[in-house]
Amino acid sequence: MRSGIRALMAMAALCFGAGISQAQYSDGTIKIGVMNDQSGLYADLTGQGSVWAARKAIADFCKSTTCHNKIEVVFADHQNKPDVGSNVVRQWYDVDKVDVVVDVPTSSVALAVNTITKEKNKVFLVSGAATSDLTGKACSPNTIHWTYDTWALANGTGNAIVKTGGDSWFFLTADYAFGHALERDTAAVVEKTGGKVVGKVRHPFPGQDFSSFLLQAQASKAKIIGLANAGGDTINSIKQASEFGIVKGGQNLAGLLVFITDVHALGLPIAQGLIFTEAWYWDANDANRAFAKEFAPANKGNMPTMIHAGVYSSVLHYLKAVHAMKSDADGAAVVAKMKSMPTDDKLFGKGEIRADGRHIHPMYLFEVKSPAESKGPWDYYKTRATIPANEAFRPLADGGCPLAK
Amino acid sequence: MFELLGVPPQALFGQLLLGLINGAFYALLSLGLAVIFGLMNVINFTHGAQYMMGAFVAWMLLTYLGIPYWGALVLVPIIVGITGVIIERLFISRLYHLDHLYGLLLTFGLALMIEGLFRREYGSSGLPYANPLPGGTNLGFMFLPWYRAWVVAISLIVCFGTWFMIEKTQLGSYLRAATERPDLVQAFGINVPRMITLTYGFGVGLAALAGVLAAPIYSVNPTMGANLIIVVFAVVVIGGMGSIMGSILTGFGLGVIEGLTKVFYPEASNTVIFIIMAIVLMIRPQGLFGTPR
Repeated sequence: MRSGIRALMAMAALCFGAGISQAQYSDGTIKIGVMNDQSGLYADLTGQGSVWAARKAIADFCKSTTCHNKIEVVFADHQNKPDVGSNVVRQWYDVDKVDVVVDVPTSSVALAVNTITKEKNKVFLVSGAATSDLTGKACSPNTIHWTYDTWALANGTGNAIVKTGGDSWFFLTADYAFGHALERDTAAVVEKTGGKVVGKVRHPFPGQDFSSFLLQAQASKAKIIGLANAGGDTINSIKQASEFGIVKGGQNLAGLLVFITDVHALGLPIAQGLIFTEAWYWDANDANRAFAKEFAPANKGNMPTMIHAGVYSSVLHYLKAVHAMKSDADGAAVVAKMKSMPTDDKLFGKGEIRADGRHIHPMYLFEVKSPAESKGPWDYYKTRATIPANEAFRPLADGGCPLAK
Repeated sequence: MFELLGVPPQALFGQLLLGLINGAFYALLSLGLAVIFGLMNVINFTHGAQYMMGAFVAWMLLTYLGIPYWGALVLVPIIVGITGVIIERLFISRLYHLDHLYGLLLTFGLALMIEGLFRREYGSSGLPYANPLPGGTNLGFMFLPWYRAWVVAISLIVCFGTWFMIEKTQLGSYLRAATERPDLVQAFGINVPRMITLTYGFGVGLAALAGVLAAPIYSVNPTMGANLIIVVFAVVVIGGMGSIMGSILTGFGLGVIEGLTKVFYPEASNTVIFIIMAIVLMIRPQGLFGTPR
């Protein structure tokens, strides 16, 4: 009986305590909404792994400091459709009181969420989507683009390939916002470094059979076939290019956006030698390996992608800012706070967020190992070059973002 | 060199051949659907999932038991066909006396569940499956991988074999008779329910065979069937629901048309089949080869 009363009193104290801290947070809860592809071609490289990463960020943050007592994670599947994504986010902001939306792969969906978030003055932390327009002409005081973008991919991979003699390009482009942005940014890099673009073909998204497009690429006689697509589309393109003897015929493939899960799905015999740019690799250092070691058992044995790492890192920084302000109510103010604080975490190291919302950190040029070089499952990359933070992303002045002026 | 609508004829030949190869998949898949619909009046929406299962079972045989592609080609249709038989006995057989719509809803639900289970177990990014026939030959106008040539060959053999069996043999005549008047055929001492169950198993086996054929060239992932099934349904509708020959010819024909669209206006390549479907339905509602029911 006595212990029962004590428990009751403790509970009352807790509620009271919670009541005090809740006064500063909108409806007393910091609610994080992870929205991504939970069922389609991007589900392994975003999906539940991102939900895990967001929860992990909360756990780590609360371990290191006294955190708000109600931080929740909700998640939803946008099926890579802008209309579905918009509906979910409106519902989240208006009814479910979500404070921040994170991840959101598929650029067309991310652009829609970007607009709604600004309109509702919430916070949008992009890890999954690629289009550099999110910090360019579509930039917003409520959005931070964390992990990578099409400009950074184009800059890393395009530069490296043109410099080693790959100076004529043919693009195989996914026919939506992301593919268009990646093709545009890569073509700009190729032309700037003295190469030329000899042709392009836009394939429906998602696609299945790419042989027809590959044959057009083959006929163009371009030295490099740039794959401006992602996930299952890239896997199928590479698989079928190998089947049609395109690489044996002297042309090379440039995977402009390749994730470790794609390499795993292709297998090293087909993927070996591919060169591409990424922001993060699980086996790069001890901190990354430790993160991956916890991630894999919870995610069907898959290693985390750079998107998962970006979700972790961006949620952590968000929590720091919100706790420093003791409020999550004003989205633009939270983002301004995040921009004013230097970023620092175990996965991305030290960095900063620019006025246009771009998170700045180094990028890496990786090459896929040959089966002989690989020491075991998921040992896939070797680092060809590190692109320093100040060169990795589009210069602030070039993006056309009104916030940068 | 002369050009045709801005495309060199050599490239055009290449694209025609590729269209034929893709058509081989459409034909095999729509054949299974046509057999099931034509003989059982069931609209089998599980077909895409069963195609996916074919590819996955081939991968499992290779990975867990070391059985190579050629073994899988024989075993997989049997294994997946048996799962089809179980599904027919447990679920579909209870719906024959109801409207088509119930069968459609049931099989659609089953497809979602099967895909969900595979996604849960194997993720969405796919599994590697090595090409058993690497290399190819240069035809002058294009490089023809051996594997694709093999796909066209086996697809033609299976398609016309099935057509022959159903339209020209005694077994086929029993099947067709059982569709028209099951009571009468039963009266002659033929076990009609068992024949129908086996027909479903056979149709499912055809889907699984297409899945094995697809494994080396397409990404083996849980959604591979969902992406294809809608197109294949359009093929069946254009060919005429239930018409065996119709679905074979339409499958190859639409593959070619889609291939040409990929050259002239790639952006429309995954809608062109549906445009054709709309036109065909307006002019000939029973489909190109169908008979009005």
